[in-house]
Amino acid sequence: MSATAVEVAKKTVHLIIERQDNPNSQPYTQEFVVPYVNGMNVIACLMEIQRNPIDKNGKAVAPVTWEMNCLEEICGACMMVINGKPRQACTALVDQLEQPIRLRPARTFPVIRDLVVDRSRMFDALKKVKAWVPIDGTYDLGPGPRMAEKDRQWAYELSRCFTCGACVEACPNVNERTSFVGAFAISQARLFNEHPTGKMHREERLEALMGEGGIHECGNAQNCVEVCPKGIPLTTSIAAMNRQVTYHAMGAWLRK
Amino acid sequence: MAQAQQSSDFLLRRLHTLAGVIPVGLFLLEHLFTNAMATTPNGAVSYNNAVDTIQHIPLLHFIEFFFIFLPLIYHGVYGLYVAFTSGYNAGQYSWTRNVLFVIQRITGIITFVFIIYHLWTTRFSGKAPTFEMVHQLVSNPAYFWFMIVGVVAATFHFSNGLWSFCVHWGITVGARAQRVTAYVTMIVFIALAGIGVDALIAFTHAA
Ligand code: SF4
Repeated sequence: MSATAVEVAKKTVHLIIERQDNPNSQPYTQEFVVPYVNGMNVIACLMEIQRNPIDKNGKAVAPVTWEMNCLEEICGACMMVINGKPRQACTALVDQLEQPIRLRPARTFPVIRDLVVDRSRMFDALKKVKAWVPIDGTYDLGPGPRMAEKDRQWAYELSRCFTCGACVEACPNVNERTSFVGAFAISQARLFNEHPTGKMHREERLEALMGEGGIHECGNAQNCVEVCPKGIPLTTSIAAMNRQVTYHAMGAWLRK
Repeated sequence: MAQAQQSSDFLLRRLHTLAGVIPVGLFLLEHLFTNAMATTPNGAVSYNNAVDTIQHIPLLHFIEFFFIFLPLIYHGVYGLYVAFTSGYNAGQYSWTRNVLFVIQRITGIITFVFIIYHLWTTRFSGKAPTFEMVHQLVSNPAYFWFMIVGVVAATFHFSNGLWSFCVHWGITVGARAQRVTAYVTMIVFIALAGIGVDALIAFTHAA
């Protein structure tokens, strides 16, 4: 018993972190060794580094910065590349990771500092596809139409997207040569096209998906569905929106 | 102006996937079928008869230009652009679909080069398209292996492209439908590659 306690006390976690001081500086790596705590996640390691910012060689360094909020995988803020895969740092448990644990910022987005990235492009994409239900007005519009339970069930799945950006990071077609919005935006357009009130703006979303950086930029590599922490059926959403867009495009052309 | 530019991208992409299947893919099937005539018992005669029938199709040059060359050039050249704008990260994410995504682009480029050389040495060689002409060509081992690589690449690109076509046009939507289609298109690939290679081997035997 006491032998294992000593064992646990001496156990450490080895991290290799890719850092960057500001948006324009060169990235570099630093290694850290932090004491192991039972059941700890990657965030706990980063907090330990923050408390005691000493690298593996005992040199004092600037503490590593990262983003976080909920710590229960519902906010999406702590998405980073952990051992080569984009995921949430809060649900990345040290016991389930191979060491050394390698952390990198999700470089498909501009890096602000260390593991903090600027995900504005995702919010721009959501604006572009009008991923909301417009209900603002000067008088009470009354209750909206009801949604069938069977549709609500799958739409709920899509509503779990928290704009973390893992799908954008893993997509080969989101790169400097394209302006592809990414899987999540297509899935959100599907969600709001299904919503009984959202449906009223269906065409606008489809037009946006046919616009610059739209659905046609998808090459079906399907990494998005593999990395999505919420298990959202992104490739089904993309194909379903391909169908809506196809009908819309043909219908619009024949009506003109 | 910007709007016009935007919707043209969408249209060009959709035309690209359509062209790959409707005229170009159908032509590939027809071509493989004609070649397979060489594998029949009286191969040389059957093949020459089949070619002769094609040569007597009315408006042949018109059909060849508008239903084969134009869509083929469009699909090929625009496809090179698509392959160039794609990113490649199968090293980091080696899931099957991502690997197939890379192979689709590689086989597309191989097929592009292959078709140019293939046309150069056959359709535009000035020689009459006969069994004997093909036999002469494939008697050169280097040419024979070049043809094998080209046929395998082209049939893979077509079969896997059918899978993407079904997704791009919103035909296969659910995960199961996409998975089943993936198996079916791989069987199509094996069958078509087999037919193509079999015909090439038949051409190596003198008439
Ligand atoms: S779809 Fe999934 S991976 Fe993409 S942003 Fe939403 S939660 Fe993250």
